[in-house]
Amino acid sequence: MSTPILKLENVKKSFGSKEVLKGVDIEVQKGESLVVLGGSGSGKSVMLKNALGLMTPTAGTIWFDGQDVTKATGRTREKMRARIGMLFQSGALFDSLTVWENVGFRLLQVDKMRRKDARELAIETLKKVRLGSDVADLYPAEISGGMQKRVSLARSIISKPDLIFFDEPTTGLDPITADAINDLILEQVRGLGAAAVSITHDMASARKIADNIAMLYEGKIIWHGPADIIDNSGSEYVDQFVHGRAEGPIQPAI
Amino acid sequence: MSNVSTRKRGIPNPLQWIGAAVLGFFAEIGRLTVFSARVKFAAFTPRWYAGQIWRQIINIGFYSLPVVGLSAVFIGAALALNIYEGGSRYGAEQFVPNIVVLGITRELGVTITGLMLAGRVSAGISAEIGAMRVTEQIDALETLSASPYRYLYAPRFLAAIVSLPLLVLVADTIGVMGGWLVSVYGLDFDSTTYLRNTLDFMTTEDVLVGVIKAVVFGAVIAIMGCYQGDRSEAGATGVGRAATLSMVGAAVLVLATNYLLSTLFVEIGL
Repeated sequence: MSTPILKLENVKKSFGSKEVLKGVDIEVQKGESLVVLGGSGSGKSVMLKNALGLMTPTAGTIWFDGQDVTKATGRTREKMRARIGMLFQSGALFDSLTVWENVGFRLLQVDKMRRKDARELAIETLKKVRLGSDVADLYPAEISGGMQKRVSLARSIISKPDLIFFDEPTTGLDPITADAINDLILEQVRGLGAAAVSITHDMASARKIADNIAMLYEGKIIWHGPADIIDNSGSEYVDQFVHGRAEGPIQPAI
Repeated sequence: MSNVSTRKRGIPNPLQWIGAAVLGFFAEIGRLTVFSARVKFAAFTPRWYAGQIWRQIINIGFYSLPVVGLSAVFIGAALALNIYEGGSRYGAEQFVPNIVVLGITRELGVTITGLMLAGRVSAGISAEIGAMRVTEQIDALETLSASPYRYLYAPRFLAAIVSLPLLVLVADTIGVMGGWLVSVYGLDFDSTTYLRNTLDFMTTEDVLVGVIKAVVFGAVIAIMGCYQGDRSEAGATGVGRAATLSMVGAAVLVLATNYLLSTLFVEIGL
């Protein structure tokens, strides 16, 4: 088997005395779409931030295409990040920049591409997420939440990454817009041949975009398998989550 | 048993409380020192984002001109009135222009500019960066291979240490003119004599003292704003708290640094 694009080995993360990740093991192959399910407070976002190198794990190792993320610094880390895209839950668009400047941020600020060329490429990428050039000069505050997600998706794919992280991509969107975002994610991830790691608690989204699904509960992966057997997982935790029942081994986060 | 646990939870051991406060204080100083060193390293080594630096010079320098100018004119005017009132008790009214220019250039021009910018700029920077922190924009910057130290903090730091001295020169000029206005139109001073006395008495060292202080104040104001913004906690309360802490912290540090620098300048005869 080839080197996985992402591998987490016994990753632990604590904040003071609170242990959020208690030894996460996960592998993502090139071109695979993995969805990590988990309830509120299960450690999904912390796992993602560790995988991205935004947080340093307390213990364990994270490998990106065979390179240790936790030990990478400076140029090595920059090179890794150039191969990774990220769609944040809130979109995380820069308020002070226009839509096209957000999409072309890496080209303008890191790759030092000429503004004219970066703008052209940004508008071309906006078209891939079904946004016209008329939104290019608007500011993020002037467009809807669904459009912001698309702009954020365009920003995450513009540099043709090998791995894209999606942090709850459909949260806060109506079902129709959410489905459109799922379609775009599938289309772009497949089109690029990239691997995708999405964290969500939206089952409709998980069913649509996942090749494989993992379930994170109390800081550990308690189930991992193909998306098409999620309804027959044999795990009462997964069953409860998939069917959205308040009763079962998982206690509601209230 | 319940009484014991209530006592344990409700009334903290004073020694524990003092210990925790002292440790917390030193931990905060340590974090601020490391943050400050990282900002300075980013500011004085490539890569620089020229567009961001220019934008911050406009924000910090140009847009602070009205508040600095208005504050300076009133301070200069009030200073002239007070010196005239005090001086007249000893028949020393003629020293108004001399003391106004000395007070403004060495002390009041730079201090008032520092305090005004602690409010306008430091709080503004921390609110902006705090909002970026809680909406994951700073995480997004890092994932796009742009260091927040180079893209956000260093431009603000450089803009502040460049803008503050220029603003102080403006404050000095307007402050002296505030004193001149009151003296000529309210206290019957001769305009030409007042201005000649001002220029004859003022030395390059007086102006230099204010300008050197301004560079230090600029660094303090920018670093406090960036630091508190970077550490901002989620929600409107978190961002609001960061803005308050940065403003209060910057104002206190401006006054403390002012005293230390004044002492140093007196010692070295500047």
